[in-house]
Amino acid sequence: MARLHVVTGKGGTGKTTVAAAMALALADEGQRILLVEVEGRQGLAQLFDVPPLPYVERRIAVGPAGGEVYALAVDAEAALLEYLDMYYHLGRAGKALDKVGAVDFVTTIAPGLRDVLLTGKVYEATRRKAHGRLAYDAVVLDAPPTGRIGRFLNVNHEVAGLAKVGPIRNQADAIMGMLRSDVTQVHLVTLLEEMPVQETLDAVEQLEKLDLRIGSIVVNMVRHSPLDDESLALAVKEKLPAAELTRGLRAAGITATKEMVSALAAEAHDHAVRVGLERENRDRIDALGKKVTELALLPDGIDHGALFDLAEELRS
Amino acid sequence: MSKLDLDRLIDDAGTRIIVTCGSGGVGKTTTAAALGLRAAERGRKVVVLTIDPARRLAQSLGLTELDNTPRSVADVDGSAGGRLDAMMLDMKRTFDEVVLAHATPEKAEQILANPFYVALSSSFAGTQEYMAMEKLGQLHKQAERTGEWDLIVVDTPPSRSALDFLDAPERLASLLEGRFLRLLLAPARGPFRLMSAGVNLAMSVMNKVLGAQVLTDVQTFAAAFDTLFGGFRERATKTVALLREPHTSFLVVAAPQNDALREASYFTERLREENMPLAGVVLNRVTTTHVPDLSAEKSLAAAERLEEGGKSELTAAVLRLHADKMRQVVSDHKRADRFRRGHRSIATIDVPALPDDVHDLTGLRTIGDLLTA
Repeated sequence: MARLHVVTGKGGTGKTTVAAAMALALADEGQRILLVEVEGRQGLAQLFDVPPLPYVERRIAVGPAGGEVYALAVDAEAALLEYLDMYYHLGRAGKALDKVGAVDFVTTIAPGLRDVLLTGKVYEATRRKAHGRLAYDAVVLDAPPTGRIGRFLNVNHEVAGLAKVGPIRNQADAIMGMLRSDVTQVHLVTLLEEMPVQETLDAVEQLEKLDLRIGSIVVNMVRHSPLDDESLALAVKEKLPAAELTRGLRAAGITATKEMVSALAAEAHDHAVRVGLERENRDRIDALGKKVTELALLPDGIDHGALFDLAEELRS
Repeated sequence: MSKLDLDRLIDDAGTRIIVTCGSGGVGKTTTAAALGLRAAERGRKVVVLTIDPARRLAQSLGLTELDNTPRSVADVDGSAGGRLDAMMLDMKRTFDEVVLAHATPEKAEQILANPFYVALSSSFAGTQEYMAMEKLGQLHKQAERTGEWDLIVVDTPPSRSALDFLDAPERLASLLEGRFLRLLLAPARGPFRLMSAGVNLAMSVMNKVLGAQVLTDVQTFAAAFDTLFGGFRERATKTVALLREPHTSFLVVAAPQNDALREASYFTERLREENMPLAGVVLNRVTTTHVPDLSAEKSLAAAERLEEGGKSELTAAVLRLHADKMRQVVSDHKRADRFRRGHRSIATIDVPALPDDVHDLTGLRTIGDLLTA
């Protein structure tokens, strides 16, 4: 079963929220889930309304089914020094690297190497053992957006191409091995709009070419139309019966002017056009033949409680 | 709290560069394209540099391929004497062209074939920001030289934060001045005695961790690239200076959502710190209604009355729809007003949400009208 859940999506689709809700949803009684962010935005701290997260794994929430969720904001520089120390016992040499600017170079100037370190940390946390069992039952990664996800996940393959032998090569191969195994699933968050859907389709194609497994497509912020299909069809053609609307409004105690009726009909028209586009986009998603999960739009925005509602929705 | 007057901005011949920025998904690219088209149809000679446009938007500008050169946009009304060119950035190609333009053919070949360069120029994040700034510098130079454009509208990359592109030239400069690269170059150039014990230790770590072959590749790359560094730094510094000049204007685009507004606040602050000229903030996709007096509460109550009485399902549904819309109208305006109150010195304009995506010049013209309404 998949234990590493990589969550990506175009900016603005709510990928951080979905990643957090997924971590909460996965946290069954007695389990520990790690939620990781790698982009230095402190999105998780904002979401859970806690102070900025340090480079330490700490408990951030308990899921609806009773399991614990830990959170970690990975910092590339700290990860590099930790990595050097862990694999090469290079406490002092790490400092020397820092002094000549190599750490800076690696983590800032060559962002590709930054991705190596970030994926390396996720790999380590996913495999880590504590007290004879896995330290975490699952790891959820709030990954870079769809535009960068292929590059991000494939960076170790690129490294393997650069480093033909040596410990870096071995590490890169091991990370790539995990990412391409059934331990890992990539979930793509989208809205039913042109750009996010197009990026999702492009990302699915790209990720599958890279031999990575797609877990699900999460369609976020779904709104259900109060209009039935027949009314939608009329609204699109701007043919909603004005007489019925006028009578209906009067029956409901609203003094309906002609202007009000036509403005409400125009709102219904705009809505119907959008629903039509959303359906086209939904068809394009469905044509992928992947598992699709829907999350409803929360009209009051995202807060701590809303996150639990989303987690419940993902569990069902 | 003043209203942003974008017609005045684009009609001012002193405005030579407009940079649109903001977090992802707020309509930055569309705003850039709409403004460019409007300026062209009002008589400016405009080039729009887009980074990663939506497919339909790209098609509306006639950008069917990524060939890294500005192409004339068809069907633009040139009766006021203006014109519109548009291009999409190809970051690898831009990088390659810089190498080819500034290195000897032999050295250029060496660089282009180096595995470290190939990775750096095509697959590593961050390069897009460097190259967007490089391209802006090139277009500006070309405009000065040939006079073919008098206004450059540039979109910024969809970065993890909208600030990345501002930092790109700075980061490039720090790469050039960094001790680490100097250090990589040192063995290729001079006597080892210049190296301290710390440096030696660092080199041996690099060797151990990266493997000797990677280090050699990086060294070859650094050595071959060395001659280009000066030019890179000079241009990066120039581009940053260009952004501070009064003929440049930044336009921050935000949607009335908390994340986007937070990013916009951060960004306006940063521009002020950097002495970069901010024209104002476009609050994009603000929900509007023509029936503002019928509140969400009132429409919901009316819808319930109809449903209970078994009367006109259609009217009830339309009222529920309006109630949803009113809730959105109220929260969008509340957020937009809060932003305005928090940034009293910044000019803003609200652009209403449209039901459909922009996919042709007519759509862009509509956005242009809304931007200047």
